[in-house]
Amino acid sequence: MSVAAAPPPALAETAPRRRTQRSFTGLFFTAPFLAVFAFVFVTPVLYALYLSFFRDRLVGGRSFVGVENYVQVFGDAKFWEGAGRVGLFLAVQVPVMLALALVAALAIDSARLYGTGFFRIAIFLPYAVPGVVAVLMWGFMYGDRFGLAGNINDLLGSQVLAPLTPQWILLAIGNIVTWQFVGYNMLIFYSSLKTIPTELYEAAAIDGAGPLRIVRAIKIPALRGAIVIATIFSIIGSMQLFNEPNILRTIVPNVISTFYTPNMYAYNLSFVGQQVTYAATVAIVMGVITGVIAYVVQLRGQREATR
Amino acid sequence: MTATTTPRLRRAAAPRLDTRADRPVRRSPGLTIAMTLFLVYSLVPLAWLVINATKTQPGLLDSFGLWFADDFALVDNVRQVLTYNDGIFVRWFANTLLYVVLGAGGATVLATFAGYGLAKFDFPGKRAVFAVVLGSIAIPGTALAVPTFLMFSELGLTNTIWAIIIPSLISPFGLYLVWIFAQDSVPTEVLEAARVDGASELRTFLTIALRMMVPGIVTVLLFAVVATWNNYFLPLIMLNDPALFPLTIGLQNWNAQAVGVGSTPIFHLVITGSVLTILPIVVAFLLLQRYWQSGLTAGSVKA
Repeated sequence: MSVAAAPPPALAETAPRRRTQRSFTGLFFTAPFLAVFAFVFVTPVLYALYLSFFRDRLVGGRSFVGVENYVQVFGDAKFWEGAGRVGLFLAVQVPVMLALALVAALAIDSARLYGTGFFRIAIFLPYAVPGVVAVLMWGFMYGDRFGLAGNINDLLGSQVLAPLTPQWILLAIGNIVTWQFVGYNMLIFYSSLKTIPTELYEAAAIDGAGPLRIVRAIKIPALRGAIVIATIFSIIGSMQLFNEPNILRTIVPNVISTFYTPNMYAYNLSFVGQQVTYAATVAIVMGVITGVIAYVVQLRGQREATR
Repeated sequence: MTATTTPRLRRAAAPRLDTRADRPVRRSPGLTIAMTLFLVYSLVPLAWLVINATKTQPGLLDSFGLWFADDFALVDNVRQVLTYNDGIFVRWFANTLLYVVLGAGGATVLATFAGYGLAKFDFPGKRAVFAVVLGSIAIPGTALAVPTFLMFSELGLTNTIWAIIIPSLISPFGLYLVWIFAQDSVPTEVLEAARVDGASELRTFLTIALRMMVPGIVTVLLFAVVATWNNYFLPLIMLNDPALFPLTIGLQNWNAQAVGVGSTPIFHLVITGSVLTILPIVVAFLLLQRYWQSGLTAGSVKA
């Protein structure tokens, strides 16, 4: 396997190698995937686009309204409140989670821990816990009836810990998301660290570099690609924030609104409000915003790499 | 130590999981203690869950969260979970298994065939496939859900098992991982030798290439299983018949039922049910550790 030296993604590499003559054999292997992909990915996107130009009216049924839905989204305070909230959420939660994941990966990779394998699997384990269970579990622990927050408050004789109040709820959600995904990101970083050629460390050691200098000069630069990928995936995840607030809503319906995140807004518009075409528009706008942010992050990542 | 291990590692083509063996390292108690805090953060919620699965409903309310109550009711709780509402939990469990076997299994098969096809063959439109599939990773899954629901409802697929299984069949990330893995682990020379011997393309794939791709495939399978097992949004919008629910939606319904005004509190069932839901996935991850860790390492190389 050509390790870190191999330039970016797969495509660059496929061309020059020897290979069977251009034929449709490859298509035969790929076709089943593509057929299902077209059905569950491409068609819904096109359908959503189509819907976003229509509106359902009580009288007259579904009629073409041009870009009216889009104009409405841009002036929709509920949408922007949710979008601002996930923006704030990702600006704080993503860096914190990735920093923690990075520290954990470096510590585990350093081989200075006792019981490295145990640390690795134990920190990763929450990823295997279904989001629903994670939220129910933390929701119970946050509660003051029989949760840990309640226990701690009893102990201190106060009401300091109140994660399920309007001031703290976003932080409480951030904690759940961090708990679930920090191990997954740690593993991505760790896997990437494992591909650094040992020769680099040997050379660095001969030059008298200490462990921290090796981290700064070799490990962090080698992780750049993995960090960009993890950042993009985390941003996409945050923009889609839905499960955690939606499940917590069953516990604290007064703290979390139906438009708490853009995704909850779209969901409630179409399944409670019956405004499916407007919901499709909200989904598209949010998808475009996500795509643009992911693209910018990727561009910045590439520019840093060439610098 | 250094001298003897290095040559062997140089030759190893696969992910070098034990590269660090050839550097003398001092273990650090300080770092271990610091990282133990991390460990506590990861494991305490799980410990809380397991401990509280041993409590009765009243025991839950008047005992400390991180220690056992006086009566140990785990066995009784499990029995109650399995029999509550005519054993609906068992039904949900079976549904989840069905969705996982057909959905995640199908996703792995499709990704394996397609990843191999993309890695080892050249065909018209390949670049377009690459761009579209990778681009689709950036599409928010939940943004797709609403239009998918509308489309499926026009096709009469909502509230059927197909509404869950068909969308689960596509894993762009899985395709990407198999693709990378096939490129690295299946030498083109071997395939050419098989062709010279007159083996058909399908036969070459099934008898030769497939075996070389096992760690990559196990990784894709495992992550597809987790995604399907933990799926919440899709069944939430697609299903309203409790007989079709997977575990995630079922548990959430029990929880909502427990919160509602004037309802019977069944938190002990939600908690014990959660433990039973987590268990199979955690066991799968632990048992298959060796496979998925090397699969991920290979995938991360060029990621």
